[in-house]
Amino acid sequence: MTDPIKYFASRVTASEMNRREFIGRSMAAGLTLAAATSLYGKAAMAQEPKRGGHLKLGLQGGASTDVIDPAKSSSQFTFAMNRNWGDTLVESHPTSGLAVPSLAESWEPNADASVWTFKIRKGVEFHDGSELTIDDVVKTLNRHTDEKSESGALGVLGSIKGIENKGGDLVLTLSEGNADLPLLLSDYHLVIQPGGGYDNPNAGIGTGPFKIDNFEAGVRATFVKNENDWRTDRGFVDSVEMIVMNDATARMAALSSGQVHFINRVDPKTVGLLKRAPNVEIQTTSGRGHYVFIMHCNTAPFDNNDLRLALKYAMDRETMVEKILGGYGKVGNDFPINETYALFPEGIEQRSYDPDKAAFHFKKSGHEGSVLLRTSDVAFPGAVDAAVLYQETAKKAGIDIEIKREPGDGYWSNVWNVQPFSTSYWGGRPTQDQMYSTAYLSSADWNDTRFFNTDFDKILLEARAELDQAKRKEMYHDMALMVRDTGGLILPMFNDFVNATTTNVSGFVDDIGNDMSNGYVATRLWINS
Amino acid sequence: MANPLARVRATRHRLKETHPLSVLIAERLGLSLLLLWAVSILIFAGVEALPGDFAETYLGQSATPQAIANIRADLGLDRPITTRYFEWLGGVVQGDFGNSWASGAPVTEQITKRLGNSLFLAFFAAAISVPLAVGLGMVAVHYRNRIPDRVINVLSLAAISLPEFFIGYILIVFFAVQMGVATFPSTVYDNMSWSERLAAIALPTATLVMVVLAHMMRMTRAAIISVMSSAYMETAELKGLGAFKAIVKHAAPNAIAPIVNVVALNLAYLVVGVVVVEVVFVYPGMGQYMVDAVTVRDMPVVQACGLIFAAVYILLNMVADIVAIVANPRLRHPR
Repeated sequence: MTDPIKYFASRVTASEMNRREFIGRSMAAGLTLAAATSLYGKAAMAQEPKRGGHLKLGLQGGASTDVIDPAKSSSQFTFAMNRNWGDTLVESHPTSGLAVPSLAESWEPNADASVWTFKIRKGVEFHDGSELTIDDVVKTLNRHTDEKSESGALGVLGSIKGIENKGGDLVLTLSEGNADLPLLLSDYHLVIQPGGGYDNPNAGIGTGPFKIDNFEAGVRATFVKNENDWRTDRGFVDSVEMIVMNDATARMAALSSGQVHFINRVDPKTVGLLKRAPNVEIQTTSGRGHYVFIMHCNTAPFDNNDLRLALKYAMDRETMVEKILGGYGKVGNDFPINETYALFPEGIEQRSYDPDKAAFHFKKSGHEGSVLLRTSDVAFPGAVDAAVLYQETAKKAGIDIEIKREPGDGYWSNVWNVQPFSTSYWGGRPTQDQMYSTAYLSSADWNDTRFFNTDFDKILLEARAELDQAKRKEMYHDMALMVRDTGGLILPMFNDFVNATTTNVSGFVDDIGNDMSNGYVATRLWINS
Repeated sequence: MANPLARVRATRHRLKETHPLSVLIAERLGLSLLLLWAVSILIFAGVEALPGDFAETYLGQSATPQAIANIRADLGLDRPITTRYFEWLGGVVQGDFGNSWASGAPVTEQITKRLGNSLFLAFFAAAISVPLAVGLGMVAVHYRNRIPDRVINVLSLAAISLPEFFIGYILIVFFAVQMGVATFPSTVYDNMSWSERLAAIALPTATLVMVVLAHMMRMTRAAIISVMSSAYMETAELKGLGAFKAIVKHAAPNAIAPIVNVVALNLAYLVVGVVVVEVVFVYPGMGQYMVDAVTVRDMPVVQACGLIFAAVYILLNMVADIVAIVANPRLRHPR
């Protein structure tokens, strides 16, 4: 099955799509009628979602500083909570990453993608019984972007200049064209709240499949089914309990003893042990997060592209994925995009470990002596091990890397984006444009490789407003090559999201959007008894 | 005219003659307040010295300069450190610990729940471990250098030598995963029945008992042995006092001081030092609460937790000293 058809099948399984719709769409995606019909039967038979039951999740990432206010969501726990009780205007497609409708039914850009009109869904009810209106939508977006905003989505929405209600439609005006705008609205902070959440941001009243029953920050949250949910293809269980479990071993014990149905953040080092438990299923999803070694392109000795290339060739990517990620990841190619992004540039040669080329470029660079690399396990799990591994493979190319272990507390303010060569981590972004704008645009605050390339900046801004997908893909191809061949980024690996469920639950969707089935895990799982 | 200072001194001296214990307690309480004040300055300065302030750490990677500025302005973080400290102190003196910066909820309300959980766990751990330790210590003395003594020593030392999280994991593996008889995770929450709560804390309590047992047991054993071998016990025996009477009148008052001191230290540990056990067992106590607050530099919460921890230590040590003095006439009337 190709990806779109696989996804359609999963929608059928989750009874989100009827026979006619499935067959129609599958045929559009290239399947014959007979094949589509039989596939529909299979998918529908395979797993009919069972309704009812009490679903328990053990999650890493909650803290007693958490709040319900979606604007202030910053932990994995509140991220998954938001998905339970609220909806965003737009969602991202689990396998293609493209924008799909949610509270916004449809949308239309103007010619240069700088003005967008969204049709808001009718007949949707909030948990308190009031009806969703265009007013609520406008106020919500206002609260996340006004001058007093403390929202985590403020950076994403920076280019929105006007938020208006025009005849019942939402009209967003941007300071410059952005073809990706709908996807930006799928950000998990942007949960639509009644009255925009100005009155009581922590009320937890939304349009989602579950209502908040009880919330103790850093301890647990419980939810009950929203009987008036506007969708029937989600929220299969009667109640959900999310428990904060920040200890990896505690999560594993709770899952293997059947106390919870789902855990996140399984440690790659011990995933082999967890697999042995008979009642456990490991759920891995390709992700956009990447473990990186970053050099400042404007600071000696890294201002020399030959030295940067030497260090790139000295990285043994396969071994990194094997040893540091326990095999749960994919090799990187020194640009921050992988095939999970829409418009992924295909056909770029994979860079691999080549001591000869590394030695050649190192010699050409004329650099003498060692190179200082700063690291800490705060950068990413296993960063110190990765640095040592790198030191070994570089040694074979005649490059001497000196490792300095930095204290974990304050690593992000004192080392990352400050020192010229360090280990770091990047979570993914919804679009290529976002990723590049965040960290590779000359003017970006987080240009942590000090990559200043005016040609690159120009193409990035052009691509942002380009509505022709083919042209846009071509531009992203060029940008990827620039970063890969002249940038300061060494990207050995993309890490997978490793979650686990017990075998008596079904419905987990491998969603490339983010960890935990893009946070929707509790709304997608059902219990088989 | 008499010097007022001299008069105060004289009064103090007179009070000390008539109510020695009350004066001592009053003095200790006064000193404790001074100590707590010093602690609050230390914590404040410490959190300030950590890299990154609340606005930066709380927003993390999604921080934008505007959002940071908004939070700072909102909380008044842009004002000088001394202003903020005295403002906070002013509130505390009036019993107001302020609101958590992260959640906006009153600190007192949140802490009451967490502290209640911590005390609940500590109480049961202490109720089991203290009698057990003292009892085992006495048994060990009775069978000194014989097999029961050796067994008690080896087992309790083994328990204290293992890191507490490891003991926790072992208990979880056996009792929760393999046998399935114990409750795990140990999360407690509102509207949980009393028996459910007790079941939930069974494993963490067992872990804590094993961790604190050896220290108290060995001190009991050592203290009793040293007293029993002293000259006055021999005298008591020689002057014809029965064994029981000799222990009550002479041995106990002298042995009790070191034991109570160690017990107090361990009790304090049970309240304030069990963050690792809390994390392993997913137990919502004070430790995790404070660590979360420090992570995002949530000053009012860190301060309140720090002061409570310090107060617990100070109070328990004071109680230990007073018990030692009351129990021992020699300390009660110092010369």
